[in-house]
Amino acid sequence: MEYPITFTLNGVKRSVSVPADRYLLEQLREMGCKSVKRGCETSGCGLCTVWMDGKPVLSCTVLAVRADGHQITTLEGLQPEAKILGGYLADEGGEQCGYCAPGLMMTLLAMEREYPDRAPTEAEIRHYLEGNLCRCSGYESHIRAAVAYFQDKREVK
Amino acid sequence: MSKSYMGSRTRKKDWEALTTGQPVYTDDIAPVGCLVVKLLRSPHAHARIQSIRTDLAMKVPGVVAVYTWEDVPQERFTLAGQTYPEPSAYDRLILDREVRFVGDPVAIVAAETEEAADKALRLIKVQYELLPAVLDYHTAKDNETLIHPEENWHCLCPVGADNHRNLAASGSCEEGDVEKAFAESKWVVEETYHTKACQQAMMETFRTWCQMDAYGRLTVVSSTQIVFHVRRILSNALGIPKSRIRVVKPRIGGGFGAKQTSVSEIYPAFVTLKTGRPSKIIFSRYESQIASSPRHEMELRVKIGADEAGNLKAIEVYTLSNTGAYAEHGPTTVGLSGHKSIPLYRSEAFRFSYDVVYTNQMSAGAYRGYGATQGIFAVESAIDELAHKMGVDPAALRMQNMVRQGDRMPAYYGEISLSNTMDQCLQKVKEAIGWEEKYPRRVMPDGHIRGVGLSLDMQGSGISGVDVGSVTLRVSDDGGYTMLLGCADMGTGCDTILAQMAADMLNCPIESIAVLSGDTDASPYDSGSYASSTTYITGMACVKCCKELTGKILSYGAEMLSCQPEEVEFDGEYVFKTEDPAQKVSLREISYKAESGSGKALEATASHYSPTSPPPYMVGAAEVDIDPETGKLQVVQYEAAVDCGTVVNENLARVQAEGGILQGIGMATMEDVIYDQKGRDMSNSFMQYRLPTKEDFGKIHVQFCPSYEPSGPFGAKSIGEVVINTPSPAIANAVYNAIGIRFRELPITAEKILLALNEKDGK
Ligand code: FES
Ligand code: FES
Repeated sequence: MEYPITFTLNGVKRSVSVPADRYLLEQLREMGCKSVKRGCETSGCGLCTVWMDGKPVLSCTVLAVRADGHQITTLEGLQPEAKILGGYLADEGGEQCGYCAPGLMMTLLAMEREYPDRAPTEAEIRHYLEGNLCRCSGYESHIRAAVAYFQDKREVK
Repeated sequence: MSKSYMGSRTRKKDWEALTTGQPVYTDDIAPVGCLVVKLLRSPHAHARIQSIRTDLAMKVPGVVAVYTWEDVPQERFTLAGQTYPEPSAYDRLILDREVRFVGDPVAIVAAETEEAADKALRLIKVQYELLPAVLDYHTAKDNETLIHPEENWHCLCPVGADNHRNLAASGSCEEGDVEKAFAESKWVVEETYHTKACQQAMMETFRTWCQMDAYGRLTVVSSTQIVFHVRRILSNALGIPKSRIRVVKPRIGGGFGAKQTSVSEIYPAFVTLKTGRPSKIIFSRYESQIASSPRHEMELRVKIGADEAGNLKAIEVYTLSNTGAYAEHGPTTVGLSGHKSIPLYRSEAFRFSYDVVYTNQMSAGAYRGYGATQGIFAVESAIDELAHKMGVDPAALRMQNMVRQGDRMPAYYGEISLSNTMDQCLQKVKEAIGWEEKYPRRVMPDGHIRGVGLSLDMQGSGISGVDVGSVTLRVSDDGGYTMLLGCADMGTGCDTILAQMAADMLNCPIESIAVLSGDTDASPYDSGSYASSTTYITGMACVKCCKELTGKILSYGAEMLSCQPEEVEFDGEYVFKTEDPAQKVSLREISYKAESGSGKALEATASHYSPTSPPPYMVGAAEVDIDPETGKLQVVQYEAAVDCGTVVNENLARVQAEGGILQGIGMATMEDVIYDQKGRDMSNSFMQYRLPTKEDFGKIHVQFCPSYEPSGPFGAKSIGEVVINTPSPAIANAVYNAIGIRFRELPITAEKILLALNEKDGK
């Protein structure tokens, strides 16, 4: 059984028909958003993080039909932001295989919106990123990059 | 003229694509409309297929093919990515009538959609004759149940394998009079240690897609560390010549050795060859957990003797290794459990012996550290036990006995340690962790107990006399370069590191070097990225290649300047006369000239192998915090110092170390492949098989103590694997120092700690 849905994907209104049991993750990849990655089947890795109405969600556990009427954002829709933040990660060598990077970026950029008037502390960053697994880096480089990024952003503002 | 990249923090060449989420991984670039390949897997640990019905499955709309053991070639092969002749026995078929572990493939389904493939899987009817299963590896050797009784099982190398004894390898070696050395020892410890299977758990699971190219050749695009070995493995498995196969690796979402076994390639390759259609297989996380290539479970008996003054007299290690249903990497990993643990110390005599046994569990494979991790856990725990028995500081005992620069290492194939700063590493780590203040334990105000522990560590740099690295460099007509590589950057950054070396050698900005790696049609031969070989082996090939190319540039430039090559120099941009630098010709002009009316190609290829495998060294120290109420253990601080020779890229080396250490912490404290009594893997998702998160540890801090390795490029050795070995012993030693309980089995979980504490208190 397929359902017609209409949602905004990275700022563009899209109408598609989706099977009832399809998850948003597969739907987004099929629509060309290949930045969205699957790492597990148990909502435990954070690789599939996208925004729904500006809030991070795990697209592997959200049914595609639930996107109806909502705004979905993937890293494809945040390219300038990703490039700036990505530079910080690259300066620490934190993008090793890079497979976790899109989910990490989506989470960090969401975090930035939750701290409009101050830079989050290192402990807050660690806590916020707990759901984003990375098997390569040991996380320290992610933390260093995030701390530096938020610090610099703060100075600019 | 241009800056030096050696030791710099140069960004990875692929950073922008990776951090902005570009489609650069295997599944991102799979052809639209390719067949979905899925596997029906055995529910039994050991069984023989009596009958298998596929007619119902074939009737599902969208199903294109269902294959069983009757459809595949009957020549055995190995999936281990090793140089020919492989030490791992040829014991596999694409599909076999006998299934040897829960998860062993029984049938291959190819369908237009995932839904159709799933439905077909449910409609295949199999009748099994159950066979007794060997699930306890202690009972495997000479068990009356044979895992591989088949006639055409064979092993290409004399590794002591015998399928009629369930042996994938066995052997021993020694030097010096071991019995005499133990007899003369005042102090002797003899204990048995046990390390479990662990999953590499790279974030991108195994995956491959295939299609026929315009010339009727099979193109295989796969997430692999070993493109050239995969080509040979597929040729063996499919029975077609290698010249009909091309293997390409895009970006890889992590490997850690898992992808040094050809876990997923044979299935879509078989489907595409049979149907002529593009096809792909994507392992689920579940499949990646239950049917992959984890670390070999090992039991190690260690005996160490020391004289009155604390000088080590003899070290003896016996390893029993569980290779599971297939021999992949079994004969070689076990070797490292002795050859890379015993040589950490000077001693008069050593003996190392081992058996590698087949069982009805998933086949083990290559995981970062490759047996050294297991061996070092055992030896570095035993050294600590010896120190405690003698009543001396374990750090001091290590300092007294560790291998030093210039020493011959009898247990390391008699090689000399030519670059070695392990003594400085130990010193630095002791200071960084605050050893003098914290050893052995502190009771914290909240009642928690903290202890510190440490470990020495070594690995190798490539497989001596075997691994080959090659580099091709071409001058392109704008005066830039194209570098072709056969190694596999799996996130480690080797594409960048080799480009840094080339940029330094050719005196140009790194941006001028375009890298293309991992394509059997385009790349020069490279055994692949494993055994910590790429920086050291392929790096040296890169240095040679740059020298050769520079020679060509000089001679061509000299010709254009109408003089001899000895009279000119190359500054990266111009070839000019030494006597009169104003007489010059640019690389760009030279490259244009070479392209027009010229019989000389401005390119060079160089290969390298090394007769030695210089060990990188490392020291790690852990401070653990234990809550005696709950047994909860947390690594609050981890300090490490690494001697990887020259540090080529400080960022990448540091992140290798931090990442390896955290994997090691996972192995030491939580990761465990657990089977039930029927041989089913219960740790089959990230819920049951937990990986460390950002909140599972306090701080990891890494320092470098560079030595200079004379046989390495720019003095470099390796770093990829050595970094995973210290946490297990350092943490076990720290736990002992904290609570006085010795854990000889991994992982050391809160549950085990609590039970042991209760037992100690007589509860
Ligand atoms: S795929 Fe792992 S949390 Fe969504
Ligand atoms: S960089 Fe490989 S998983 Fe994070």
